[in-house]
Amino acid sequence: MRPFSYTTVSSVRSAVLQVSPDPKAQYVAGATEVLNLVREGQIAADRLVDIRALPLTSIRAGADGLHIGALARHVENHPVVRRDYPVLAQALLAGASPQVRNMFTPGGNLLQRTRCSYYRDVSFACNRREPGSGCGALEGNNRYNAIFGGSDHCIAVHPSDLAVALTALDAVARTQGPAGARAIPIEELHRLPGEEPHRETVLEHGELITGIDVPASRFAARSHYLKIRDRASFAFALVSVAVAVDVRRGVVRDCRIALGGVAPRPWRARAAEAALTGKPLNEASRRAAGKAAASGAVPRRHNRFKVAMVERAVARALSEVED
Amino acid sequence: MPDDVGSRESAGRAAGGPSRRQVLGRGALLGAATVGAGVAAQAEAARAATAPPVREETLAAEPVEISLRVNGRERTLSVEPRTTLLDALRERLGLTGTKKGCDQGACGACTVLVDGRRVNSCLTLAVMRRDAEITTIEGLAKGDELHPVQRAFLECDAFQCGYCTSGQIMSAAALIEEGHAGSPGEVREWMSGNICRCGAYPNIVAAVRQAAGGGAR
Repeated sequence: MRPFSYTTVSSVRSAVLQVSPDPKAQYVAGATEVLNLVREGQIAADRLVDIRALPLTSIRAGADGLHIGALARHVENHPVVRRDYPVLAQALLAGASPQVRNMFTPGGNLLQRTRCSYYRDVSFACNRREPGSGCGALEGNNRYNAIFGGSDHCIAVHPSDLAVALTALDAVARTQGPAGARAIPIEELHRLPGEEPHRETVLEHGELITGIDVPASRFAARSHYLKIRDRASFAFALVSVAVAVDVRRGVVRDCRIALGGVAPRPWRARAAEAALTGKPLNEASRRAAGKAAASGAVPRRHNRFKVAMVERAVARALSEVED
Repeated sequence: MPDDVGSRESAGRAAGGPSRRQVLGRGALLGAATVGAGVAAQAEAARAATAPPVREETLAAEPVEISLRVNGRERTLSVEPRTTLLDALRERLGLTGTKKGCDQGACGACTVLVDGRRVNSCLTLAVMRRDAEITTIEGLAKGDELHPVQRAFLECDAFQCGYCTSGQIMSAAALIEEGHAGSPGEVREWMSGNICRCGAYPNIVAAVRQAAGGGAR
């Protein structure tokens, strides 16, 4: 592993002051992702700034929604999360092994990098890791890659389950940077690759996620996370679906459907939401929503299966929130 | 598959003094902020009040002497900031019961307990665990009396080559403490962070169930 220095900080202000001016400085908390990236060479950090001591560990539940500190532990065990935001608890449980879940932090989870093997193996070309070097996945083994939101330069998918569930809940990331604080919808945190796949998020260097706000909604309590993967547990999603519905008098008044494993960011299936809204929740409407969710997909040679998988996964996830 | 630790780091250690810690921050001991309202905030404030104060400091990218509390003993060792807890245990303290498998958090062979919770020791830095209580496979037995999970692994023949076994046992010991041994299915899910290439899974599940007192099947 490349050598680096190590700094501990005790305030958000101090953390931002340490990292912002130093392009080779990098935050570390759970370390489950950063250490792998520094070890393998995707991140050329000379300095890790440990933010674990910052007072960002609380989980607060109130009438206006949920606030999750960027360093909160075991959010899935919080009684209000389990009762009122089941999609969130389910996505967290599906997210990793018990060991990794004992270590990771919510803020870091959102910023994990793609699992695309052409990004992870530094001997391959990758526009995301090394701008202009090419993309091995376009014509290579792209079984795990994107069917939505990709470009001719990158078809990586974002691997976070948490981000997909948060997107279905209209959640917002709170950040603190050198220019001050701001709020960024989780759905917009990651950029689509376009011609600059190496610009992965909208965050400035040194801008720190301090927490996540999940607004109260009429659909959060009736929600579900379905994750389909190559093995039963501890694997990244081939396709995942977060659904949340507000059903009153037998009719879907409002809903959110977000997909994971298919795009460079959590992917809102707005066509599916439109297809379902105003309809009764039944087999016909579930199937129609699934069809709509898969519309517009651009599959590659090895991931055509994801199109049908999205259709069926959306329908199945919706069946879990039916009466 | 030891990496560069044995060579470059030990060369660095020979050149380094007894303590190369550089305190570049403000140096003062700073308590965490405790303002806030509501039950959760009060709980956080209570934790912050009892937690050790946070020192703002920078350790340079060179060997530094630290102490770790491993299996109930305070151990002093020389590491670099980049030294993982796994490499510190194996290469510095000679505790080679903890295995290096994938070295990227995917296989679980390096599982140890940190403050009672199971973690992948390849995914954390030794310098990040200076205030922690670390338990490795060497610290699980009480003298000559094996931990119930160790005994169950022997009795159920829950391994073949044995390379993943210490990680499996540490993970299983934590799983039982967590209360996740209720059924074979629950054991399989909560042991998912430990891979066995020999495929001894049926016997591993049986051993975990037996150690938890839930019957072998």
